[in-house]
Amino acid sequence: MLDPAAAVPAGIINPDGGQAAKRFDVYRNNVAVSLSDALEAAFPIVRKLVGDQFFRAMAGIYLRKHPPKSPLMMFYGHAMPQFLRRFPPAQTLGYLPDIAAVELALRHAYHAADATPVTPQEFADLAPDALMGVRLRIAPAVQTVASSYPIHAIYRANTSDTAPKPVMQAEAILITRPAFDPELHRINAAAATCIEALKSGQTLGQAMATADDTLDLGQVLGLLLAQSAVTEIY
Amino acid sequence: MIHLTITYPKAAAMLDATQTPLLPARPGVGYKAQHYADIMASPGPLGWLEIHAENYMGDGGRPIAQLRHLAERFPISVHGVGLSIGGEDDLDTDHLARLKHLVGWLNPASFSEHLAWSTHDSHFYNDLLPLPYTTQTLTRVATHINQVQDVVGRQMLLENPSSYLAFAESTMSETDFLRELVARTGCGLLLDVNNVFVSATNLQTSPQAYIDAFPIDAVGEIHLGGHDEDQDETGAPLLIDSHGKAVVDPVWALLDYTLAKSGPKPLLIEWDTDVPDWSVLSAEIARADAALAMVLA
Amino acid sequence: MSNATKTLVLASAVASALAGLSTTATAQENVKCFGVSLAGANDCAAGPGTTCAGSSKVDYQGNAWTFVPAGTCETMELPAMADGTERMGSLEALDRDLPA
Repeated sequence: MLDPAAAVPAGIINPDGGQAAKRFDVYRNNVAVSLSDALEAAFPIVRKLVGDQFFRAMAGIYLRKHPPKSPLMMFYGHAMPQFLRRFPPAQTLGYLPDIAAVELALRHAYHAADATPVTPQEFADLAPDALMGVRLRIAPAVQTVASSYPIHAIYRANTSDTAPKPVMQAEAILITRPAFDPELHRINAAAATCIEALKSGQTLGQAMATADDTLDLGQVLGLLLAQSAVTEIY
Repeated sequence: MIHLTITYPKAAAMLDATQTPLLPARPGVGYKAQHYADIMASPGPLGWLEIHAENYMGDGGRPIAQLRHLAERFPISVHGVGLSIGGEDDLDTDHLARLKHLVGWLNPASFSEHLAWSTHDSHFYNDLLPLPYTTQTLTRVATHINQVQDVVGRQMLLENPSSYLAFAESTMSETDFLRELVARTGCGLLLDVNNVFVSATNLQTSPQAYIDAFPIDAVGEIHLGGHDEDQDETGAPLLIDSHGKAVVDPVWALLDYTLAKSGPKPLLIEWDTDVPDWSVLSAEIARADAALAMVLA
Repeated sequence: MSNATKTLVLASAVASALAGLSTTATAQENVKCFGVSLAGANDCAAGPGTTCAGSSKVDYQGNAWTFVPAGTCETMELPAMADGTERMGSLEALDRDLPA
């Protein structure tokens, strides 16, 4: 169905009984176009970065290499970061796979389960001695993407007219969803590592130990609390 | 002081899982998120909404919240596009479980799917692909429908496809195939009048004859949509079920022909690509409403 | 760092997090159904007829110009590699990615 070189199956006929080659192409075309459209909807910033022509041609290759396994089109494209990493025409854009990862994370956050956040008071009530051993349940929408490239600045430059031009530096992104709209926050690599440690169920003490002195734990916890990203203290 | 007790029978019925609300024989529309505010503010004769099941199979967030909110105001029809009921493979049990979950919490007024396939060898092709009509495919599709109705726990409606080609191996007409499925499974039918027109034009048969042969008593819902016009390599007309235009006059005429036989039915306007402003959809809804009024008169 | 020191660091981090909240916390609205919706991605429409998307081969050699990134990336001026070096694409590697 996806291989344009494959022959039209036998027994598929026109009203006159002849072989329905062009009619079969309607279906073949529907499949390719609908999957390309799904990729365009999923990766608007990647598309903006590379242009329509490149994106469409790249999508044509991606959808044949990674046809969907699930009928949920809203999650189609999960292999895009790995695909772009190995896609030679994209090799001059080292940041492209990480931007694709950000767009996947945004989509995931949009559809993630709702969660009721803890109140700051619950945090304030913890005894200082208990803090080291405490674990935080993080809302399902929360995700991080760490990159060697200025991914937050690149994302901003492609979504806001007033954003400054990106300068080369490593950046990480935290995605939260305080209500229904996913939000992007610029964090550093140490903060991303710490948040991932908390997500995986490590204690505050362990999560703090994952990072070097570039971690501002107060800032990380403040951001998580302000963004309704902590759903349980346990 | 006089106390008035206001009851909302529809909302009450929604909350009672043992009682399923029915789709009213009024115009409905395929729900698009960009029309949310318009639908709430000026629904006009709109009587119900249809959603594509797969778009509400995420875990939460705005789509689910929106759907909950819409369901308080309108009867909802859940229309699946990804189950591949006509496929050779076994049904995807994960997907079936997601459908059961959605239909379970929403308790929609109707639940429907397509006589088509979309998954093969665990690859999902995101299109509604046709199947030949034989005793073998009949048995397989009937088994799949029974499985769906058992798992989801309610009757489903099955929609007639739009066809661009025919299969040499088919031994039954589509209408006989559907009639036999109804007899074997107790499912209802969703009659897409635009699909009838598209298929009849493409296969050079009579759309009226198709309606005449259709098991009309099993119809629980009617679909209307726009199509694109193309040609095959012999120059014969080739209509594409694009859902990207207004319903054409011959399809409205075929609707009148159908309604005269079926009586008033829930009538859906489908517009999925190049989705227009609410005012354009409102005009289609008004025309559907007029067609229904004509049958009632 | 001793455990006591770590506890102190952590306690002060929590204190600063909570202190920051009083100025940054915003009122959360409840069910807000309006707002930007990401379009649902499944529908039951057919694509645009028999255009060539489904039936034309992806030909990298013949359409090399198609595969030149030509969007906003042109204004980014960032190096291909994070260490500042450039990277060379290879046609052989692409051929392996193409469908058989």
